[in-house]
Amino acid sequence: MSYTGTFRIWRGDTDGGALTDFEVEVNEGEVVLDVLHRLQATQAPDLAVRWNCKAGKCGSCSAEINGKPRLLCMTRMSVFEPGDVVTVTPMRTFPVIRDLVTDVSFNYAKAREIPSFTPPAELAPGEYRMAQVDVERSQEFRKCIECYLCQDTCHVVRDHEENKDSFAGPRFLMRVAELEMHPLDVADRVPAAQEEHGLGQCNITKCCTDVCPEGIKITDNALIPMKERVADRRYDPLVWLGRTISRRRG
Amino acid sequence: MTATARSTGSRGVDSPGRAAIRARTLRSDRWWLPPAATTAGLLVFIVYATVRAFQQQYFFADERYLTPFYSPCVSLGCAAEPGAAHFGMFLPDHPLLPYAALTLPFLLLFRLTCYYYRKAYYRSFALSPAACAVPEPHATYTGETRFPLIMQNVHRYFFYVAVLISLINTYDAVVAFRHPTDGFVVGVGNLVLLVNVALLWCYTASCHSCRHVMGGRLTHFSKHPVRYRLWTWVSALNTRHATFAWITLATLILTDLYVALVASGTITDLRLIG
Repeated sequence: MSYTGTFRIWRGDTDGGALTDFEVEVNEGEVVLDVLHRLQATQAPDLAVRWNCKAGKCGSCSAEINGKPRLLCMTRMSVFEPGDVVTVTPMRTFPVIRDLVTDVSFNYAKAREIPSFTPPAELAPGEYRMAQVDVERSQEFRKCIECYLCQDTCHVVRDHEENKDSFAGPRFLMRVAELEMHPLDVADRVPAAQEEHGLGQCNITKCCTDVCPEGIKITDNALIPMKERVADRRYDPLVWLGRTISRRRG
Repeated sequence: MTATARSTGSRGVDSPGRAAIRARTLRSDRWWLPPAATTAGLLVFIVYATVRAFQQQYFFADERYLTPFYSPCVSLGCAAEPGAAHFGMFLPDHPLLPYAALTLPFLLLFRLTCYYYRKAYYRSFALSPAACAVPEPHATYTGETRFPLIMQNVHRYFFYVAVLISLINTYDAVVAFRHPTDGFVVGVGNLVLLVNVALLWCYTASCHSCRHVMGGRLTHFSKHPVRYRLWTWVSALNTRHATFAWITLATLILTDLYVALVASGTITDLRLIG
């Protein structure tokens, strides 16, 4: 079934912009990105939209559809009624470059602030041995495609630009959790999670989990366990005492 | 369509450099419904629990059913219902002091600092945020880094107390099978108390702090197979923590209401055995 859909797309750059209406053909089985490509081919050849794999794996085509952070390539047109107006805007947490393309370099800066995987000094590459049960938790976080929709929806930075200095965002707090839970990572990442990456600013309202296209349980499996590890260290004298006496790492 | 220029001194999604869009949110769904429903649900429980905790009447029925809102009944006022006080009576009988004043504050704090309820009331009461990609109204935000919200980090201590209180609730449910004169009996009230306490255990055991204590804090599960097994069980329950949070609010109200109705003589407990 084909029909003519109404799309309201934000067009502009750092100097300003506006939502512009387009009437575009929509065919059965298409996703929003397909329609945007048709729009580029037929009416707006200069429409800027970032995309790559069209399979929900590269994380390039992040945008906001009817106000919700989503991947353009994973949002089926079948979720809309033919009479619906589909509004597409760039992610509203990051600086816009043009049209639907934003500057996500904030995320690269935050990524660089996290020390990389730190294996035991006595182990050479090729000598790593891990039990599957020990790496499972970290493996869930490796599914991340770095679309930054979680960063986009997180109100800590979305609604408070001033927090961008102190808050790494859910994607990178999850990266800290991934390394902290890794059986061969020997770096102590708990103090930095709270003091440098702003874990305490997270109020676990789960929007990051809600928008994750990979279905990663960011809040339950990464952020809350990290908050509990911080509580072990800073707010639980019994655990602190036990660790001090035994000097063990689980 | 007219181009939107950016206003100076703007914040949030209107911050300099971001796409200039006049609407603060473009969500067209009923995003306000979940926080509104949460607010209504929590208010119903708060009002009901407050009224009942201070009513100091109709808390012990058929000489064996003690409502969870009065457990353990440790006030001198519990003497009005012989058999209700399983753990002694030592708190003064005062209209502003609930008969279960020993435990109710901890149960309140356990739920108040619960990771699920935090999400629920941050969204519905604090509007921080009310829904995803809906701007919050606050000019500044510090999260859980300052007093009083930094106290959310002691949730685990309230969990430990909640375990003890769940044991007391379990004791209440078990001793309710013994009638002072009829011996072993089973009534509908027993089933109500049992279901309630089973669901309370589900809520308590599915707590994120419980998950952490059981094994979440470990880095090497393979060295601790028993704790790993416990962690997997709690993790399975933990995925339904929010569900249990709501179900137990409902079962607490229904259990208390049943006991109150029987105690007041409004209904008669149906005896199934004995």
